[in-house]
Amino acid sequence: MSGTALDPKTAPTFPMAAKTAMGDTQLRKNVRHATDVIQAKRARVVGEMPDWQELREAGKQVRQHTMENLDFYLEEFEANCTRAGGVVHWARDAEEARRIIVELVKASGSEEVIKIKSMTTEEIQLNSALEAAGIHPFETDLAELIIQLGQDRPSHIVVPALHKNRHEIRAIFQREMNLPELGDQPHDLADAARMFLREKFLRVKTGVSGANFLIAETGGVCIVESEGNGRMCLTLPETLIMVAGIDKVIPRYQDLEVLLQLLPRSATGERMNPYTSIWTGVDAADGPRVFHVVLMDNARTEILADEEARQTLNCIRCAACQNACPVYRQTGGHAYGSVYAGPIGAILTPQLQEMHYAQSLPYASSLCGACYEVCPVKINIPEVLIHLRNKVVKQNTAGVAGFFDVEAGAMKAMAMIFRSERRFRAAQRMGRVAESPLVGKDGWIGWLPGLLGGWTQVRDLQEMPKETFRDWWERRGKNGN
Amino acid sequence: MATELVTDSARAEVLRRIRAAKGGTANAEAARAGWGAVERRYRRESTRSRDVILELLVDRLQDYDARVVRALHIDVRAVAARMLEERKAKRMVVPRGLASEWLPDGVEFVVDEEIPAAELDRVDGVMTGATLAIAETGTVVLQNVAGQGRRAATLVPDYHLCVVRVEDVVETVPEAMGRLQATAELATTFVSGPSATADIEMTRIKGVHGPRFLDIILVG
Repeated sequence: MSGTALDPKTAPTFPMAAKTAMGDTQLRKNVRHATDVIQAKRARVVGEMPDWQELREAGKQVRQHTMENLDFYLEEFEANCTRAGGVVHWARDAEEARRIIVELVKASGSEEVIKIKSMTTEEIQLNSALEAAGIHPFETDLAELIIQLGQDRPSHIVVPALHKNRHEIRAIFQREMNLPELGDQPHDLADAARMFLREKFLRVKTGVSGANFLIAETGGVCIVESEGNGRMCLTLPETLIMVAGIDKVIPRYQDLEVLLQLLPRSATGERMNPYTSIWTGVDAADGPRVFHVVLMDNARTEILADEEARQTLNCIRCAACQNACPVYRQTGGHAYGSVYAGPIGAILTPQLQEMHYAQSLPYASSLCGACYEVCPVKINIPEVLIHLRNKVVKQNTAGVAGFFDVEAGAMKAMAMIFRSERRFRAAQRMGRVAESPLVGKDGWIGWLPGLLGGWTQVRDLQEMPKETFRDWWERRGKNGN
Repeated sequence: MATELVTDSARAEVLRRIRAAKGGTANAEAARAGWGAVERRYRRESTRSRDVILELLVDRLQDYDARVVRALHIDVRAVAARMLEERKAKRMVVPRGLASEWLPDGVEFVVDEEIPAAELDRVDGVMTGATLAIAETGTVVLQNVAGQGRRAATLVPDYHLCVVRVEDVVETVPEAMGRLQATAELATTFVSGPSATADIEMTRIKGVHGPRFLDIILVG
């Protein structure tokens, strides 16, 4: 694993990357174990709630309503946050967000920042931008610390180091924290992280975070977490800089009564996560004296413009779909080539790339629907996957390129053959002849030439039967049986 | 300042894109009506008896490794004395406005007058009240008010002793948010058990950066 960031622009296609991941048996074991544990926990605490489906429906409607009125709620949030002493910035894309944040850190007078786990900062590859500007970011979430110290990459939205087991984590901490005697019990590792970071929490004057929910009605912010590292970063620094996608806004404080029930149970299988912080702007006697919020678009408005895919923005980043996905559970997160892996990543990532990159991700699914079933805000991921597949095909066959497109040509030829019984029978005869040199002794075909090789790259093909159903039916009629 | 000009045009551009994507500009009236139309068929009131709710709170707090003792008003001081002794806590931070009749003798209580974080790191613990508690999730809610204080004071020390009054216990999250609505802008922290993480093999481990030990006295 290298320290290079997950970038959909340069990542290999999903089938290629998945093949590599499938060869890593340790990784597969770790991912399977972790997702099994979390799924069982989730099922238990969701089962405790007699009104879970009603909560999901309310969550869906709140999010849908927010997107339909997004401009209003963002302006309301901005006005209320500003009134409470916060400073709101806007960024059209990742580049602009990075530039604003780097400038704000510099203006805060600090050459170091403490960071709360934030997939949005991963999305915009903020850490390398900070480092390029001579600013050292310290990740403070345990999983992100493991990733940072191990020069690894996140593989899960909620538990980014889910692909590492305790022994691997111990080896990283022993090396990077200079603790040769460190044990491998989870509490040993948690204690080591506590010791390692405490001094930084007390010293570093600038914090950087993402956000779970921006509350339009009050201008407040809500952040959920487990360890207390979030509270440290939100409370102790003099300056707090927050970056949030424009999709993170919610209309009212009361909406938290829905979202704070859905999120923890779906994300970590807890009735409530250990710490939830809600605050508004700046309080002279409690927390940072300077508070910035960067509201970032970065292609979210492109998603908003696509009515069939708009529900992607309703996501509250719980990762339940990743844990439930039979594809993710086999490959882990890195194969998706994006910080957003799994089913939600398969629809979110290509759209954040405006469909120019990550085009293989909408196909990284068996469309089994497990993701839809566990989604706390009822995003119909399979529906969006199919919609995006359609978009990919249309985009790649548009204009002159489409005229010469081999796949589109093959589909047209198939349609022509299927329209005529004579042509269909002829094609079946020809197929049996053509396949004969490729069929193995076991009756399976493991390799096909050229474009057809796409099929056999990931699965075998059974040889065609010697006799078709039609032939059998006709013979049966003749024999008078 | 140059940055402001840039984000001004970014602001206009992002809002323009949103409006173009939706095909129109949202307004307060439509937003209010749309929000009011959201179906809220989930439970919003308690369904259990008071005794069962209190038992549920104790059970849920204990499930996440908090220690809970129930006490009558007159016994809080004695119970606190015992718990502090068991935790070997000799020097405790307290916020301004914490009921003095709760504080036992023989322990040094330092009132939090903007104590620097490094200093908070050296006390044995912190003792506070609470705004409310949520039984169904085993959650204690703290706000920046008298008797609960600023957020850093309940974060940096390794031990938190929290006194919760039974009249402040609600059954569900919606009831809690309803009670908090009037003070929605205050710095508010939901605490559900001691600091924990599930980042290693998805196993919940107690104790990372927040207080590793949480004791609750449920009064009344």
